[in-house]
Amino acid sequence: MKDDAGTLLTLAGYFAVMSLFAIGGANSAVPEMQRVAVEVERWMTARQFSEIFAIAQVTPGPNVIIVTLIGYHVAGLLGALVATLAMCGPTSLFAFYVGRVWERFKDAPWRGAIQAGLLPISIGLIAASAMVVASATAHNFVAVATTLATAVVTYTTRLNPLWIFAAAALLGLGGLI
Amino acid sequence: MSETVSTASAPPPPVSSPPPTLLELGVAFALIALCGFGGVLAWSRRMLVEERRWMTPAEFNDAYALCQFLPGPNVVNLSIVFGRRIRGAVGSVVALLGLMGPPFLIVTFIGLLYAQFGEIAALQRMLMGVAAAAVGLVMGTCAKMALPLFKDPLGLAPLLALATLVSVGVLRWPLYWALGGLIPLSIAIAWVRR
Repeated sequence: MKDDAGTLLTLAGYFAVMSLFAIGGANSAVPEMQRVAVEVERWMTARQFSEIFAIAQVTPGPNVIIVTLIGYHVAGLLGALVATLAMCGPTSLFAFYVGRVWERFKDAPWRGAIQAGLLPISIGLIAASAMVVASATAHNFVAVATTLATAVVTYTTRLNPLWIFAAAALLGLGGLI
Repeated sequence: MSETVSTASAPPPPVSSPPPTLLELGVAFALIALCGFGGVLAWSRRMLVEERRWMTPAEFNDAYALCQFLPGPNVVNLSIVFGRRIRGAVGSVVALLGLMGPPFLIVTFIGLLYAQFGEIAALQRMLMGVAAAAVGLVMGTCAKMALPLFKDPLGLAPLLALATLVSVGVLRWPLYWALGGLIPLSIAIAWVRR
């Protein structure tokens, strides 16, 4: 770990800017988080990133909690706090002020165009987040089969994902994944 | 309070509960956070609309559409927008603290354990199993969300989603480069075809 204040500032800067591009939710920013944490700053390996992603998914709370884990991994408790505040602060201010104005233009045609235009982008980003994490998890046949089976079950049923996670954890523990 | 009402003349359907106190607001969002695994939308709706009856279904849909559109985590935005409606800025802060406080403590504790025991092989194997399933969960959810895109007769919307996937997921361009080009393009297309 390098200079502490410098690390915290770096964390804050990355997450504050990234949050503004998180269109459609926190998972949209996962590819960028992985790019920064693994490829640019080398805070962790791709495998560690996928583990942290897994922990964030099974922890109760919003998906955005992954930034808390990344912050903790990089700079301890203070890092967790700084990363979380940076990821939630700017967009919260934005939601507070812009949200109020935005509601007044509820029926404006440009609002509809912006919303319709952002939809495919956010879906592409979420698909990219799956792809980026999969690059570290899809290392054998059982792992790929688990991923695809989970995708099909999620798409076709409303089964609580915790059951699937538990089964997958057992497969992993048994050395199959 | 009246900002989700679409027409001034029609009063909103009565919400059967009085607005929450600050404590009730914070507790409600803490419960939403603690119940929600892998996404908290369903729980926030259940809490705000069905259990506490602080919002009508239509009000919730309006607020949620807005929060999905705003950048950043959706449910964080929801806590800000709903909190403001109840008690202004203080309400927003209380709802946000309720939503993020308990998960923050839990996940920090888990982070501590991970730093301590993350090297244990059995734990790593379990986490890789969960990660493989978590990827599938994201894929399945994404497929559900993508379904409406294919109603586009010209097929431009799926193409834009694909371009985003390739530039960010395959080519690994920085988010700002990719979106700086794709967002204006996508909005322009939506505007022309509105």
